[in-house]
Amino acid sequence: MNAYVSIWRLRFINGMQYRAAAAAGIATQLFFGFIFIMIFAAFYRFSDSAAPMSLHEVVTYVWLQQIFLSFIMLWFRDNEIFALITGGGIAYELCRPAELYPFWYSKLLAQRVSSAVLRCFPILAVVFVLPEPYRMGIPPSFGALLLFIASLLLGLLVIVAISMLIYISVFWTMSPTGSLLMVSVAGEFLAGAVVPVPLMPEWMQRITYALPFRWTTDFPFRVYSGHIPQHEALWGILIQLLWLAALIVIGRLLMKRALRNVVVQGG
Amino acid sequence: MGNIIRLNGISKSFKVAQRTAGLKQAVKALFVREHKIVEALKDISFDIEEGEIVGYIGPNGAGKSTTIKVMSGVLVPDEGTCSIMGFTPWKERTGYVGRIGVVFGQRSQLWWDVPVIDSFELLRDIYRIPPAEYRANLSLLTEMLALEDILGTPVRQLSLGQRMRCEIAASLLHSPKLLFLDEPTIGLDAVSKLAVRKFIKDINRERGVTVILTTHDMSDIEALADRILMIGKGTLLYDGSLHDLKGRFGAQRTVTADFRETRDPVEISGATLLQWSPLRAVYSFDMEQIVLADVISRLSASVELVDVTVEAKGIDEIIVQLYEEHGI
Repeated sequence: MNAYVSIWRLRFINGMQYRAAAAAGIATQLFFGFIFIMIFAAFYRFSDSAAPMSLHEVVTYVWLQQIFLSFIMLWFRDNEIFALITGGGIAYELCRPAELYPFWYSKLLAQRVSSAVLRCFPILAVVFVLPEPYRMGIPPSFGALLLFIASLLLGLLVIVAISMLIYISVFWTMSPTGSLLMVSVAGEFLAGAVVPVPLMPEWMQRITYALPFRWTTDFPFRVYSGHIPQHEALWGILIQLLWLAALIVIGRLLMKRALRNVVVQGG
Repeated sequence: MGNIIRLNGISKSFKVAQRTAGLKQAVKALFVREHKIVEALKDISFDIEEGEIVGYIGPNGAGKSTTIKVMSGVLVPDEGTCSIMGFTPWKERTGYVGRIGVVFGQRSQLWWDVPVIDSFELLRDIYRIPPAEYRANLSLLTEMLALEDILGTPVRQLSLGQRMRCEIAASLLHSPKLLFLDEPTIGLDAVSKLAVRKFIKDINRERGVTVILTTHDMSDIEALADRILMIGKGTLLYDGSLHDLKGRFGAQRTVTADFRETRDPVEISGATLLQWSPLRAVYSFDMEQIVLADVISRLSASVELVDVTVEAKGIDEIIVQLYEEHGI
């Protein structure tokens, strides 16, 4: 088996062990889903101007966000990798005949997928049978569903590429919390994980369009509800691919620089 | 046999942030950081032949681990050349590290939450070990290191000795010709230590694996190493056999004599009286200046001897003396 597939597999198996964490996660996500929808519903009821997204689209958006939380959240982290860098365990990683970037990338990908697999099905089963206005909608067409799946998976690859930059930055900052906090707070807002991008003021929307973050959350979720039409979605997927390529190239270059000056901490 | 390792003029320094204790200094450090350059390795050169077991010793912070990390491709030195099996470790890292095995005794390469065998299978895939070779190595290592009962146990539930045996097995699954052991016996009990030592000897003899080990336990060196490299403050201080080293300090002996009550101390010319009590005396002497028989006959003439023990200087004391000689 390929080394990168193998590390993916082991990390996946490892992630599947944490059943209690998954159960707690499901409860948390349902709770937050309800809270967010209640807030949005209240806003929509008392607003006079026409909203750029219907309440129904927003409800679907919120549930998708809760279901695929581990696909979109930047704070979702692998403390082991942080510990490797700050604690000197990196010495072993560098004794392996494998490139470190794809090695860690596979590990991070597996962690997110295993967490999503454990959580998404139970939540899916619940949200489709909830009473209105809480019920989750279905995509307008089969084509939209396929485009959603493609854009969601590409978005996952993009978010892992972004989070790789956080890990690499720790070689310099030596502070996982600092690196993580700075990037994740800004990144999640700009991704539309706090407020959907169409509900933001015009000037802020423009900022989000210039950055990679929205391609991980806002874009796939609006493709699902049909808020982004299909021909536009195809262009979007192309842009996702470009961002992915750029982020990986930058990540690999920075990784190379970091390893040239690596210090094994703690003797 | 040819040289498997050739190090020439390797130097490596680190930048270490520094400040003295106290709030004032801490505030000052917010604006101006003071750094100190620590020279971990200064112009280190040595050759190692295929099939050798080399003990790499030195006090804490001498640069042992840094040398191992340079040789295993983890660190990039500032200066110097290094050729191991025809590779420059830090330049051709991924190609090179597939041929060596490394154990860092203070760290773990096994996955904490899953059974040992899962980590082994991951290593099999990372090193692309052919299935037949993997099976053969695994069964051999299982037998030699008595891993049978612990392969299915999650690593977090293993004792230190069990874990260390697994760590060593993990670094040999891909049949490397060269093995770096950085403190492989740290924290092990006597039984585990002996098992690890025996194993290192066996793979060296049976498979011709070249072994370089660092340790603070001189009995490891005594049991294993044909050759010692001693490093202190980043400089290589001694390169030679353990036998020669002992020979250099070997003429010193200590005699402990027990006797029936005698009040007055007995002076023996040529020997130094270290300790005297009415029932026991300890002398040290140099065998090149006075023979043992003389010391004992002189003693037995003055006191009624009950028991006599003669001891050569231990390897630990020799090393301490060597460190002192070099002022490290």
